[in-house]
Amino acid sequence: MGTLDFIGETCACAAGMVFHPRRFRLGDSLLAFQRAAYDGLAVVSGVGFLLGVILAFQCAAALKMFGVEIYVSDMLAIALFRELGPVVTAIILAGRTGSAFAAEIGTMKANEELNALTTMGLPPVRFLVMPRIVAAALAMPPLTIFHELAGLVGGALVLSTMGIPTQVFWQHVTATSTAFMIVFGLAKGVLFGLVVGLIGCCAGMRAPTTSDGVGAAATAAVVWSIVAIAVGDGLIAVLAWIWGV
Amino acid sequence: MGGVTVAEGPIVSLSHVDAGYPGATILADVSFDIAPGEIFILLGGSGCGKSTILKHMIGLNPVLAGTLTVAGLEWTAATREGLCRRIGVMYQSGALFGSMTCLENVMLPLEEFTRLSRAERRERAMGLLRDVELADAANLMPSEISGGMCKRVAIARAMALDPEVVFLDEPSAGLDPITSSSLDDLILRLRAEKGMTFVVVSHELASIFKIADRAAMFDKSRRAMVALGVPAELRDSSDDPFVRRFFNRGESDGK
Ligand SMILES: Nc1ncnc2c1ncn2[C@@H]1O[C@H](COP(=O)(O)OP(=O)(O)OP(=O)(O)O)[C@@H](O)[C@H]1O
Ligand SMILES: [Mg+2]
Repeated sequence: MGTLDFIGETCACAAGMVFHPRRFRLGDSLLAFQRAAYDGLAVVSGVGFLLGVILAFQCAAALKMFGVEIYVSDMLAIALFRELGPVVTAIILAGRTGSAFAAEIGTMKANEELNALTTMGLPPVRFLVMPRIVAAALAMPPLTIFHELAGLVGGALVLSTMGIPTQVFWQHVTATSTAFMIVFGLAKGVLFGLVVGLIGCCAGMRAPTTSDGVGAAATAAVVWSIVAIAVGDGLIAVLAWIWGV
Repeated sequence: MGGVTVAEGPIVSLSHVDAGYPGATILADVSFDIAPGEIFILLGGSGCGKSTILKHMIGLNPVLAGTLTVAGLEWTAATREGLCRRIGVMYQSGALFGSMTCLENVMLPLEEFTRLSRAERRERAMGLLRDVELADAANLMPSEISGGMCKRVAIARAMALDPEVVFLDEPSAGLDPITSSSLDDLILRLRAEKGMTFVVVSHELASIFKIADRAAMFDKSRRAMVALGVPAELRDSSDDPFVRRFFNRGESDGK
């Protein structure tokens, strides 16, 4: 199955589900969501916290020269909500979930389970791919929010050691962040989640049925997801700049 | 469900079929018809293309040349969905869904294609597992049962929707003689009760003589079907040394 065939079939399947929502495998999707979102909360929050701490230290070192360490909070809020939150969360999703999708589906392919589904009249795209892509996309907003909040907590902690009260920190954060900024970041996250899910499943469906095929598929899923996230984020940044948002 | 719709003409028909993969013809110019209710065996040495030709019959791979019909229909995008519900397939590897228990594997087709309640589906799936003598493995995962047991669960799954034609790829490989013989009885019983057609890849000579109505034999070196007929007659009166040797378990009979 070529990549374009796969994308075409997935789109056709998604369109078909608009008219036959009962064909969606909700149970499978919930399980994939649990593995992607719930099981990923700890690592996403942990990385977010450390990122917040590191960023706060770096920025504070620079801003200290002007005696305005307090603006670390503004920088952190903007950086996390607009860029780092969705991008870093998506990269973690690619490593945890995209690779798992590729390995699961690749193993099923090697084990002829995909053939078995096909001859049972259950197209693998409907049965395996759709629930996973939807789960990956829906996992992004909660993961991103946890990541961003953990980052802010890390930043607040660093600033409080520099004598800036946490209350003041939060005042600056709420003053700089707009609802649009946060929703924009989350929407970007959903888009990245869709891409990670799609690439992971595609890599699995195309996995060679050799012993190292599954490993290669998982690697390809992560590498191409990260490339797609980087390129996608760049494109979105350019478009946002052109449209002035 | 499929049930016994007595089809006019052959249920599976191959006419001048070239079997293989794009760029690699494995078997050339194969023609035979399988009648409804027949138990038809595919024979031949390892790697001669039995699984390949089975994959054409179940619509996984398109034939390289010629015409292949199941229930009078060729495999196309338009006929696929309907045909899939009329066939049952057991793969050589079993191909159970590794994330589901044995019982859930058998229940899956019932869940997707019948309106039975959960309790009814469960009851029916348990009945199928009893048929293959695996009722006590119902709640085990495929990774927790042996290869031969996997195959029997896969047979139960293939039978779930009472298909018109069942394709079995080496069902008795890896089974002990007693289980293998009760599998033969199951096949004969289902044929008698429901009029199912069976297309079976098998190497078990005892089983072949017991259940087969007809058999087709393929030869790797000639890339062709070399015999078609009733197994006992092929054994006794085939002109082809390869065929005679096959039925004599590899000993040449000096003819
Ligand atoms: N995907 C593929 N692409 C190209 N050639 C293949 C492919 N799969 C199998 N073959 C070739 O097709 C030939 C027939 O394979 P097949 O699996 O049909 O054999 P078989 O008769 O089922 O053997 P066995 O009894 O060992 O299962 C083999 O020589 C194999 O090399
Ligand atoms: Mg085979």
